[in-house]
Amino acid sequence: MNPDVWPAVLGRFQWHSLPFVRAWENPTASELIGAGAALIVIVGAVLAIALISWLGKWRYLWSEWLTSLDHKKIGIMYIALALVMLSRALIEAVLMRMQQASAINSAGFIAPDHFAQLFSTHGSIMIFFMAMPFLTGAINFVMPLQIGVRDVAFPLLNSISLWLTGGAAGLMMVSLVVGRFSTGGWTGYPPYTELAFSPGVGVDYWIWAVSLGSVGSTLTGLNFAVTIYKMRCPGMTLMRMPMFVWTALCTSIMMVFAMPPLTVATALLALDRYLGFHFFTNDLGGNMMNYANLFWLFGHPEVYILILPAFGVYSEVVSTFSTKRLCGYTSLVLATMAIAILSFTVWVHHFFTMGQSPNINAVFGIATMAIGVPTGVKIYDWIWTMFRGEVRFTVPMLYSLAFMITFMLGGLSGIILAFPPLDYLVHNTLFLVAHFHNVIIPGVLYGLLAGYHYWFPKAFGFRLSEKWGRVSFACWLVGFYLAFMPLYVLGFAGVSRRTQGMFDPAFRPWLYIAGAGALILLAALGALLVQLWVSVRDRDDNRVATGDPWDGRGLEWSVSAPPPEYNFAVIPHVASRDAFYGEKRDGDPYAPPARYEDIELPKNSRTGPVIGIVGAAAAFGLVWHMWWLATLGVVTIVATVIARSFVRDVRRTIPAAEVERVERSWLHAVAEAKAIPREIETTSANQGLAEASA
Amino acid sequence: MSASEMRHPGLNLGGADERTHEQAGGAVFGFWVFLMSDAVLFALLFATYGAMLPATVGGPTPASVYKILPAFFETLILLSSSFTFGMASVALKHKASRTQLLGWMGVTLGLGLAFLGMELHDFAIMFGNGAYPTRSGYLSSFFALVPLHGLHVFLGCIWIVVMMVQLLTFGPDARVRINILRLGLFWHFLDIVWIAIFSVVYLQGLIR
Repeated sequence: MNPDVWPAVLGRFQWHSLPFVRAWENPTASELIGAGAALIVIVGAVLAIALISWLGKWRYLWSEWLTSLDHKKIGIMYIALALVMLSRALIEAVLMRMQQASAINSAGFIAPDHFAQLFSTHGSIMIFFMAMPFLTGAINFVMPLQIGVRDVAFPLLNSISLWLTGGAAGLMMVSLVVGRFSTGGWTGYPPYTELAFSPGVGVDYWIWAVSLGSVGSTLTGLNFAVTIYKMRCPGMTLMRMPMFVWTALCTSIMMVFAMPPLTVATALLALDRYLGFHFFTNDLGGNMMNYANLFWLFGHPEVYILILPAFGVYSEVVSTFSTKRLCGYTSLVLATMAIAILSFTVWVHHFFTMGQSPNINAVFGIATMAIGVPTGVKIYDWIWTMFRGEVRFTVPMLYSLAFMITFMLGGLSGIILAFPPLDYLVHNTLFLVAHFHNVIIPGVLYGLLAGYHYWFPKAFGFRLSEKWGRVSFACWLVGFYLAFMPLYVLGFAGVSRRTQGMFDPAFRPWLYIAGAGALILLAALGALLVQLWVSVRDRDDNRVATGDPWDGRGLEWSVSAPPPEYNFAVIPHVASRDAFYGEKRDGDPYAPPARYEDIELPKNSRTGPVIGIVGAAAAFGLVWHMWWLATLGVVTIVATVIARSFVRDVRRTIPAAEVERVERSWLHAVAEAKAIPREIETTSANQGLAEASA
Repeated sequence: MSASEMRHPGLNLGGADERTHEQAGGAVFGFWVFLMSDAVLFALLFATYGAMLPATVGGPTPASVYKILPAFFETLILLSSSFTFGMASVALKHKASRTQLLGWMGVTLGLGLAFLGMELHDFAIMFGNGAYPTRSGYLSSFFALVPLHGLHVFLGCIWIVVMMVQLLTFGPDARVRINILRLGLFWHFLDIVWIAIFSVVYLQGLIR
């Protein structure tokens, strides 16, 4: 074949793009780590495919999970994705800590370019492919159950969002095997990320992975907002919604309005890089300060998109495990809304040093401090909820308590950063890194892990191992303090963030402590995985099929665990907040309905997988300048959407007899189960039926 | 709830088709939310345009490249197309004959394509006069904002064709009717964005 054809087919791909080739030619530790990571991705993928084939589970996987439009399964898939990506990004964090601890007046073992890729992927993954899928999955699973509906407003769109996120995460994994990733950090600031300074494929990987993910999140926000506004069960007025639904609503509204700025920022950067536009270039009228504004117009609300659902989880957990009604519900609702609105007014505090006038900085500094007020209201409400309650120190409750104290510290260092003159001193230092990990780890990760432990029995029908949960919790807590408190010290001493090598031996002890902390955090993840393994192995001892293991308050606890695919045999009517809790005490929540009816649910669809996979392929084509692939991908997506609009047979019916059979067998199990008091809820006596104490 | 009650902003199917009217509540509201998200995209591109307006770098300026007369005719065409789509919506609501509905949609499609043709012609002239996006920050921002609206109109045209084919295939079933309601919102939304473009970009350009 004519050798001129290859560039048209393979774009700018060369053998040298493969990390194995690079490691062969230049076998340094840094390159070998890169090749090792690529090998893990390939071996992992091959093993997964082999395992599924060996078990003969392809058909099951395809028809029960990948094409499913069931919000519960989509939610679980989101969380599985988040845990996989968490593992990768945490390992990267450990590598960076080890590098800094070993590079005091020496080269360390990771080359500067590789180190820059590590902090770029670590940040991008933790925000876009760990935190976002985790919270989206949690909302997907829980929210429809809590408001008494059978699915979200647009089930197909939900699947498309999942697959866009999954495709984008896949692109992140592919970047380990083919080419290199961006060295421009998770924020991708130009002009460094412009073609003139970053000509390789890295920034393009970042642009398209983030763009796919942000479109997915916009559609998710739309879907959730419409579900909550339009579909709540009869009697579920706005002020009767569980707190988690309120936070989900605020997060959804913020996704609808805050994700487009990210799309604009990455799209304009792409226009610069692909078509030679001059939005953020150094010459011909480009202005990178526009990028900072656009990016943080997304970036700051994003912080609260991440944190609000976790606040919702804490509200549920603290109330349930304090055996008390949530204190100050109305103030929590108002505080959540206030945070959602204020979060759009503070973005400039991410670049106080950019050169705008002091008055502008003052306005944004004050707005930033103002956010502390509604957040403080929330902390007080949770404390008052615990006050004189019968607090049970289960794993989710431990996370909640650790959150309250740790997040307070992070919030206080945030107030320091909100003063522009103080911010000038520590801008771009490890102090900032310490601060945002200090709010995001307790504020997002602890919250989502608390939710994971809290709702896992609902999703799978058995409780997670309490012992390993505590081990993991202890490691997340201790590891966090050891890893990040030293960074405050180092930041005050002036160590700038993203530094590959250190020169002052006085930093050594702090870097060693932080390194040890990172290893303990890795152990925490290990304990979490062991917990999953142990819990699945011992699942028969910990079944809670009746569905109410914690004496829960919301509607999600009123159905079996795992819930039937239609969620509710009869759509519930509620007359108060915490309806299920009240009914357990004043009525009979397990009374069979007078009659069962046929239930309509959406049929499975291949549209989501097609759009996600083809979208990722098109993005890959754009990254590597394989124009045929990019064009083919875009055309295929448009054609898929049009073809799908012609499909009329999109719903299936579950006959009333089938519903009755499922419900009767569950109600039979309820009748057999023994109601237990709260003291023994973490033992195998817990079958998911709560003894209703007054 | 009574059929005459408003389920969503904009034209409601109401008592003329009660079952679809029920479903339309969430479906059309969802599309409104999408349009609001889309409006944020345009708002940011307007802001970017405003910020980059001075960045002409010695190249073409707004006053030197904009031709107000074609832009005015484009405005008239697009406004007329909103009117003709409005007639299509009325035909849909009051169950006029399928020919009438298809006719109004066809006219709208024709006007949309005429708009796109004129706009592409304008761009070609601009390119000919040395006003291309890689020339300056100002022209970059122009060619991000205005063609994005054009791209939306193009997608709207494809959507009209798809809906016309579906009308012929399925007749006005519930999904077709709801999607035509959404298409109508989309089309009017593009009209509003264009009015902003005409005022902020073209009219403002006259005085610069």
